[in-house]
Amino acid sequence: MAALLSPVAPGGQARTAPTPSGRSGWLARHWPFLLIVPALLVLLAVFVYPVAQTFVSAFTTPNPGMENFSWFFGSSANVAVLTRTFSTALWSTLICLALAYPYAYLMTVASPRARAALLLIVMLPFWTSLMVRTFAWLVLLQDTGVINGFLGLFGVGPFGLVRSQVGVLVGMVQILMPFMVLPLYSVMSGIDRRLLTAAQSLGARPIVALARIFVPLSLPGVAAGSTMVFITSLGFYVTPALLGSPSEALISQFMYTQVSGMLMWGRGGAMAVVLFATTLLLMGLLGLAMRAGRRRKVGAR
Amino acid sequence: MPVDRPEGGTAPTAKGARIDLRGMTKRFGASVAVDDCTLTVEPGEFMTFLGPSGSGKTTTLNMIAGFTDISAGGLEIDDLPVGGIPAHKRDIGVVFQHYALFPHMTVAQNIAFPLRQRKIPKAERQRMVAAALETVQLPDHAARYPGELSGGQQQRVALARAIVFSPRVLLMDEPLGALDRKLREFLQLEIKRIHREVGSTFVFVTHDQEEALILSDRIAVFNNAKIEQVGTAHELYERPATLFVARFLGESTILRGTARPDGAGSTLVGDGFAVRTAGRVEGGEGGTAALVVRPERLRLTTDDPAGIPSGTNAVPVTVVEEIYLGAARKLEVILPGGARGLVREQAGALSDLRVGDRATLCWHPDDGVLLPDDPTIERIFT
Repeated sequence: MAALLSPVAPGGQARTAPTPSGRSGWLARHWPFLLIVPALLVLLAVFVYPVAQTFVSAFTTPNPGMENFSWFFGSSANVAVLTRTFSTALWSTLICLALAYPYAYLMTVASPRARAALLLIVMLPFWTSLMVRTFAWLVLLQDTGVINGFLGLFGVGPFGLVRSQVGVLVGMVQILMPFMVLPLYSVMSGIDRRLLTAAQSLGARPIVALARIFVPLSLPGVAAGSTMVFITSLGFYVTPALLGSPSEALISQFMYTQVSGMLMWGRGGAMAVVLFATTLLLMGLLGLAMRAGRRRKVGAR
Repeated sequence: MPVDRPEGGTAPTAKGARIDLRGMTKRFGASVAVDDCTLTVEPGEFMTFLGPSGSGKTTTLNMIAGFTDISAGGLEIDDLPVGGIPAHKRDIGVVFQHYALFPHMTVAQNIAFPLRQRKIPKAERQRMVAAALETVQLPDHAARYPGELSGGQQQRVALARAIVFSPRVLLMDEPLGALDRKLREFLQLEIKRIHREVGSTFVFVTHDQEEALILSDRIAVFNNAKIEQVGTAHELYERPATLFVARFLGESTILRGTARPDGAGSTLVGDGFAVRTAGRVEGGEGGTAALVVRPERLRLTTDDPAGIPSGTNAVPVTVVEEIYLGAARKLEVILPGGARGLVREQAGALSDLRVGDRATLCWHPDDGVLLPDDPTIERIFT
């Protein structure tokens, strides 16, 4: 018994009374964590510091105080930009979801070979340069472009597909599709399809089985994909700048104008803070709603 | 307690339905999964499909459930051809090996699911769910989620869900396969009790012969996409129709040789023995045959061979293995020609024989079944 316990004792001692050798023991156990130090340093230098700097400038440049915020909220045009940014993000999320859901579903039922092809189709634009894709859309959508040219043959149009919300949404949805398809596919492929067979044996028509069993089980994928697409689309710059109308600019274009054009760092910072805070608020509300939904389900009889 | 049928419409005369398979066949491309199966399951019967994996028993079940379409032949439930009816309209309960409970619904919601599909009013639904939970002895688990239950509890919920709408046929596809032995034995008795209470026709698929013996009124033994034999456990054990059935159900001594008609029975002449048996085998003169004798029908003796009554088969053997089982003891013996035999001695009637001893193996000519030999069988079992 004593012989069994004795090897443990020194270790216990080292832990209760930290000595230099105890610290090196910690290092010996946890040295793999050192591997993240370079990445952390880079993140600190190129992300945390500039973002913090921007946020600070919102309150300090040119004078300390809230003047940048009163400027932002003092103009209804600025607030309109903010709401337009959020509504554009919401619409691109909804359109992405509507397009990606059946696509991801098809991927789960397709043969492995067809699934690989479907995945490739999603990923291919993802691997192409953002600028190239956006200019390609310009070629297709502009008034003298391919689509309006084709419609012109029938005497229809031209439609304002570019320099408008339509152009912005088309471009953003295409770019953001992979961010919706991939989380959806990942969740859907984990759903046991035999549950649908079971539902049918219990009297559910195939479409009912899909709606009552498959769709609820795919909701975590919907939440993940939607969050990803929504947040990413809030910060879009190139696509709205090239495909959108200058009179319907989104907040990132506005920031660019303030900072790069007018050197108003403080105003740019204030807009960043407002965007950041609003996003956090919306995500927080979404999280609360989902948790409440889950609690209601647990409580239900 | 059994729940009432929701609709009175066509009031069934019995709680269970009759199932008729008429030459039912399933082909997947060039391979045949179920080959020309003909079988009648009587109303309220507990029928087990027993066979090794890949023998076609699950495919047959899936065709009855409507999950797989039938390539050829017919399927009738209570004289009604159901081949073209989709699964959700067949009114058949199914229990799966993998439980197939809906993870996002509570136990009560899972069990209410088939009732919702049948548009049963809420109050009635709650009463029926409670009754079904009572039947599977989980009355306090209604508000739990499947993920919070043990495997055995999950399978009971699945069972409750499959019986709550009083289907006249209940299909079970290796429902206990994923559970450990103790729980499996307990749930076997539960299933037997529920079968008695519910009165539906049960079709149960398993590869476990012991499970089949415990549960079934009758057993259909599947092998190689075909039904080898249908009968009660007793019939299959005592009168196997094929060598496969004899090998699959229980243990036996199998002696191979050439059978010659001899009086009312035959004489089987093999390597190192010549024994009499009551049976005849087709193939007539000089056909190779296999004699199957169950271990409890065999007796080992060290008495003087002259003292053994004439008419009793007696073959000299050597004991090569001894397996003590508590209530009994099994002795493996080897015949002069190399064939192996298995003898079971009940506790209280144990001989003094030990490994290496020589003895005489005796049995009555009526206590064996003579079957046509099938050399391919040993490849399946070894």
